[in-house]
Amino acid sequence: MKKDLLGIDDLSPDEIQLILKTAEAMREIGERPIKKVPTLRGKTIVNLFYEPSTRTRTSFEIAEKRLSADTLNIAVASSSVLKGETLADTAMNIEAMAPDMIVLRHASSGACHLLSRICRSRIINAGDGMHEHPTQALLDAFTIRQHKSTIEGLKVAIVGDLLHSRVLRSNVLLLTRLGADVWVSGPPTLVPRGIERLGVRVASSVDVAVADADVVMLLRIQQERMLGAFFPSLREYFNVFGMTVERVRRAKPDVIIMHPGPMNRGVEIASEVADGPYSVILEQVANGVAVRMAVLYLLAGGVEDEAAA
Amino acid sequence: MKRLLKGGRVVDPANNRDGTFDVLIEAGRIARVGKDLPIEPGTSVVLIPEGLVVCPGLIDMHVHLREPGQEYKETVATGTAAAVAGGFTAVACMPNTSPVNDNAGVTEYILKKAAEANLARVYPIGAVSRGQQGEQLADIAELREAGCVALSDDGRPVATALLMRRVLEYAQMFGMPVIEHCEEQTLKGAGVAHEGFQASALGLHGIPGEAESIMALRDISLAELTGGSVHIAHMSARQTLDAVRYGKGRGAHVTCEVTPHHFVLTDDRLGSPVPYDTNLKMNPPLRETVDRDAMLQGIAEGSVDAIATDHAPHHYDEKHVEFDRAPFGITGLETAVSLCLDRLVHTGLISLGRLVELLSVNPARILRVSGGSLGEGDPADISLLAPDLVVTVSTATMRSRSKNTPFEGWRLRGGVAATIVGGRVVYSHPDLRLEL
Repeated sequence: MKKDLLGIDDLSPDEIQLILKTAEAMREIGERPIKKVPTLRGKTIVNLFYEPSTRTRTSFEIAEKRLSADTLNIAVASSSVLKGETLADTAMNIEAMAPDMIVLRHASSGACHLLSRICRSRIINAGDGMHEHPTQALLDAFTIRQHKSTIEGLKVAIVGDLLHSRVLRSNVLLLTRLGADVWVSGPPTLVPRGIERLGVRVASSVDVAVADADVVMLLRIQQERMLGAFFPSLREYFNVFGMTVERVRRAKPDVIIMHPGPMNRGVEIASEVADGPYSVILEQVANGVAVRMAVLYLLAGGVEDEAAA
Repeated sequence: MKRLLKGGRVVDPANNRDGTFDVLIEAGRIARVGKDLPIEPGTSVVLIPEGLVVCPGLIDMHVHLREPGQEYKETVATGTAAAVAGGFTAVACMPNTSPVNDNAGVTEYILKKAAEANLARVYPIGAVSRGQQGEQLADIAELREAGCVALSDDGRPVATALLMRRVLEYAQMFGMPVIEHCEEQTLKGAGVAHEGFQASALGLHGIPGEAESIMALRDISLAELTGGSVHIAHMSARQTLDAVRYGKGRGAHVTCEVTPHHFVLTDDRLGSPVPYDTNLKMNPPLRETVDRDAMLQGIAEGSVDAIATDHAPHHYDEKHVEFDRAPFGITGLETAVSLCLDRLVHTGLISLGRLVELLSVNPARILRVSGGSLGEGDPADISLLAPDLVVTVSTATMRSRSKNTPFEGWRLRGGVAATIVGGRVVYSHPDLRLEL
C-alpha cells in the first residue's frame, strides 16, 4: 500500500482484495461482546471534516476506537474557512502535533492530494469534492461480495446524479477493476463528459441499466439541482429515474439495492424499495466500520494475518 | 554614440531580410542595415557570435503587471524586468488592476512607473467599461490621450452584445482595437478546467470550448456589423479557431493570439505527475490534444496572428490552496521564447521569420504601435535570440515577483541572449558573456 489512501485510483486489484479480506476479520471484532482490540494503541488519528457528515465521520470514529487509536474530531464550518486559515496551514498545524493519520473530508476535489504533498502523516480521503470517496466504494464492494461472493461478471447499475458524485467515481474505478459490468444512468445533464472512458456503459434509459442487473446502486439527488436546470422537478425525476418496485422487477430476482446515504425517499428511491427485501442499505452502513478498520490497520503498517489478534 | 552589431543573422520579415547583416544603431534608432557596413570612427563594434539571431524587438501584447493595487504579485518594475529577460522589448498590460485602468489617472501612473523602471516599453490597455462592470463605456478619448493603445475588459468578457457593438463603433474614432476575453459566463459557470474526460475523472467543474467560441462568433459578427477591429485574446479551443477562420474568410477585422501554454500543454497534465497542480489552472483552461493540435495548425497555416503570454503572476500563498479555490493564471514572460523556439521552430512547424511575425511584427500591427521592423529610422528595439542555447527553466533566477509557472525544471532548446530597447542594452544573458 502507498503512504496514503487518496482514491481507488491508487489501489491495485490485489490491494483492493487485501482490504476486503482484512475487513472480514475486522467485522468479526464488531460481533464480539467487547468490541475493541489494541491494534492501534498509541496511534493518533485526526478526523478533519470540512463538510458536515454524520455517517462517514461516525463510522471512522467507531473504527478508530475499536482499534484503540486516540482519535480527535475537528469539524470546520465552511464559513470559517473563508475568513480563517488555509487548508495547508491547518494541516501543518495539526501535523506539528505529530498525528499518525489524518482522515480528511473536504468540498474541494484534490484537497487530499494537497495534504498528501505537505504532510508526513498518512492521509485517508473521506470524500473530496466531486472526485473520490474510496472507503465508500470499498464498503460497497464488501457488501456486494457478502451477497454475490464475487464481483467479476456482475451487472451493476448506478443511477442518479453522476456528475456531482464522488461515490460514483470511486465505485466505477473499483468495480471495473474487479471485473464488473458497470452501467450508469441519469439525466443527460448530469452525465459527466467522457465518463465511458472509465470503462462504464451509459444506458439509454434507466430501464436498460436496471434490466437483469445483479446490483442497483442509487445516488443521492441534491434538491437544489433543479435551480441549475439539471432537471425540471423532483416529481419528474422520480417519474423518470426513481427506483420503484416496478423498476426493480426488471433486475435479476436476487438483485440487491444499495444507497450510500443520505437517502431522499420519494426522489431517487421509493420507500417500498428502500425498506424492501432487496435493500442492503443498512448493511452498507454496518460494513463501513469493518472496512474502515481494515484501511486504518493496513495503512498503519499491519499485515493481514495479525488482524484479528 | 554609435553602436554596430556586426555579423549576426538578421531575421526581419517586415523588411524581407533573413541573412548575415550589420546593424548600425545611432541615437536610439536604426541608422543602417547592410552587408559589411564600414566602421566609422567613434563607433563601438559588437561582434555577434555565430548562431545568434538579431530580430526586431519582441512585443508581448497580453500581460498583467498588477500595478497599481496588487504589487505583492508583480509591479511594473518587476514585470518589465521579467519582460526584457524574456526577450521582450515591449509589453501591453491589461487594465484589471486595482483600481481598474479605466481613467487617465491610472494610465499615467502605469506609464510613470514604466518610465522609472526604464526597461521594456509599456503600452497600457484601457478598460472597455467603467470599472470593467460591463455597463457604461469608460472615457475612451481620455484613455487614448493618456497613452492607451487598445481596449479590453480582460478577465471579464464584455457580457452584452450591445456594449460590444458600441465599443467596436466608438473605438474606431481612435483607431483602437478591442481585445476580447471570450467566455460565455453562464456556460463557464463554476468551471475550473476544460470540460472533458480529465475534468470528469478528477471531479472538477468543466468549461466547454464552446464557452469561448460562442462569444468569438458573436464578436466577429459585431466586427462585421460595425467595421471595428476585434482581437481574440488567448484562443484555446478548436471551435474558436474555426470562428476566426470564418471571420477572416468574410473579411471581418478579426485577429487572434495563442499563448505558449495552450500550444504546449493539454489537460492530460491535470492528473499527473502532480495531481491538481494549481500552476496548471488558467483561464481559458488547458484543453484537449485535438485543441492543442488545432492551435499548432492555426500557427502553421497563418490563421493565428500573434503569440502572447497572458503573463498572470499570482503569489505562492494564493496558489498553495485547493484547486478550485486557486486563482486562474500562470506567468509566461520568461518562458515564452524558449517554448516557441523549442516547440515551433526546432520541430520544423514554422520558420524563425514566421516566429518573428507572431511575436513582433503582428503585435505591432494589431496594436498600431512602432516596432516589428528593423528599418532605417525605426526605434532600435532589438531582441538577440540564441536558438540553440539549452535552458533549464528555473524560478530561482526569474525576475518576475511571482513564480507560478508549470514549466519549472523543463529543459528547452532556445533562449534569449540580449534585449535592446531604444539602442540601450537592458538585458544580457549572464552565462553568454556578450560584450555589448
